[in-house]
Amino acid sequence: MGGLIYFSSRSGNTARFVARLGRAAARIPIAPDRPMPAPRAPFVLITPTYADGAGHGAVHKQVIRFLNDPENRHHLRGVIAGGNRNFGALFASAGDVIARKCAVPVLYRFELAGTETDIARVSEGLDRFWNMQCSTAT
Amino acid sequence: MKDLTHTRPVPRAINWNRLQDDKDLEIWNRLTVNFWLPEKVPLSNDIPSWSQLTEEEQRLTIRVFTGLTLLDTIQNTVGAPALMPDAITPHEEAVLTNIAFMEAVHARSYSSIFSTLCSTAEVDEAFRWSEENAHLQQKSRLILDEYDAAANPLRKKVASVFLESFLFYSGFYLPMHWSSRARLTNTADLIRLIIRDEAVHGYYIGYKFQRGLERLSEAERGEIKEFAFALIFDLYEIESRYTESLYDPLGLTEDVKNFLHYNANKALQNLGFESLFPDELCRVNPAIMAALSPNADENHDFFSGSGSSYVIGKAVATEDEDWNF
Repeated sequence: MGGLIYFSSRSGNTARFVARLGRAAARIPIAPDRPMPAPRAPFVLITPTYADGAGHGAVHKQVIRFLNDPENRHHLRGVIAGGNRNFGALFASAGDVIARKCAVPVLYRFELAGTETDIARVSEGLDRFWNMQCSTAT
Repeated sequence: MKDLTHTRPVPRAINWNRLQDDKDLEIWNRLTVNFWLPEKVPLSNDIPSWSQLTEEEQRLTIRVFTGLTLLDTIQNTVGAPALMPDAITPHEEAVLTNIAFMEAVHARSYSSIFSTLCSTAEVDEAFRWSEENAHLQQKSRLILDEYDAAANPLRKKVASVFLESFLFYSGFYLPMHWSSRARLTNTADLIRLIIRDEAVHGYYIGYKFQRGLERLSEAERGEIKEFAFALIFDLYEIESRYTESLYDPLGLTEDVKNFLHYNANKALQNLGFESLFPDELCRVNPAIMAALSPNADENHDFFSGSGSSYVIGKAVATEDEDWNF
């Protein structure tokens, strides 16, 4: 079973989503001077989206800092992105940006702190995803 | 200098290079980059489409837009200004002035739609209707009561988030519905710009609400939460009746109500609270969802005017100077 790493700003939406998943997860700190998680095994990243109307700045600077470390990137297997459908085509676009940059799939998108359905689908989906990763690795 | 009893202290000059809360600058930047005016949207491309609506559909559309105009007017002139005295940081006050102004732009946009598509008599009739419509007046009254200066700062924020993230949606449904049927697509583009702004407003005011809430005792937090759920319940009752009165003739009431449930939950999430309506009551018609957030690869037909010509985020910017790979 792989790990979870997430970012959430002080609005706390993504933190609430992750808490409801009930899985161990490491948090990328909000303050730039705090130590970053240093994964040494496969993990999925959960991140909110901050894009403006033109799509700029979708990925939070702290998430970029985390991904700038090649060792962290090396273990990234997929991304789950939070957002708000009110932003139209840019809904959860942080997931698309990271997927393209890091050549990993966008596994799921959710709005704000997610719904019960989102939690159930992501829990189930992560189990299946890691099983698949294990069977392809052996 | 003889009078030393000034009531209003001179404010301190705002220094944007000394932030107490990074969110203020983040949201300021977001709002200013997203700034727009209705003149940028080619509304006149919708004239042929407007003439294809029945008289009843036209009247409904104008009425719905006057209802939205009323909410934007309240938020512009009362709501956002009412939050200013409660601001914790000077930057928060500045953000609220931006929010207040954009609400004026939104209210003004509906009049741009009217002057492009409708006759003066029809529009005057609809504004009269909005002044006399009991549901519209009732929901405005509930919100305004909380905005009164005597009210609690956190209750004001709850009311404000419910206006921004919930009350607009009985109205927003209709242009999304028309857009899903390739009607009034330019008008829908304009409404999507408003929808985008309201998301940022609801998020920011909800964020400030959460910061205020965490300073309170457990008991006080419980009281505010109880107040919030009671208020959204009261507003929902009014919205249900408003929705029935508007959408029953088109047979769309149930569809609109699902959209209301979905947005009520999102409003509560902006405040940091759990959802009120279970997922099975929030199954929004997929056509409405697609109209709200079309896929990035959706075809935009500029020439026929049937698609977006004012495309939001046509190319998703993947480059940012912070990436080093």
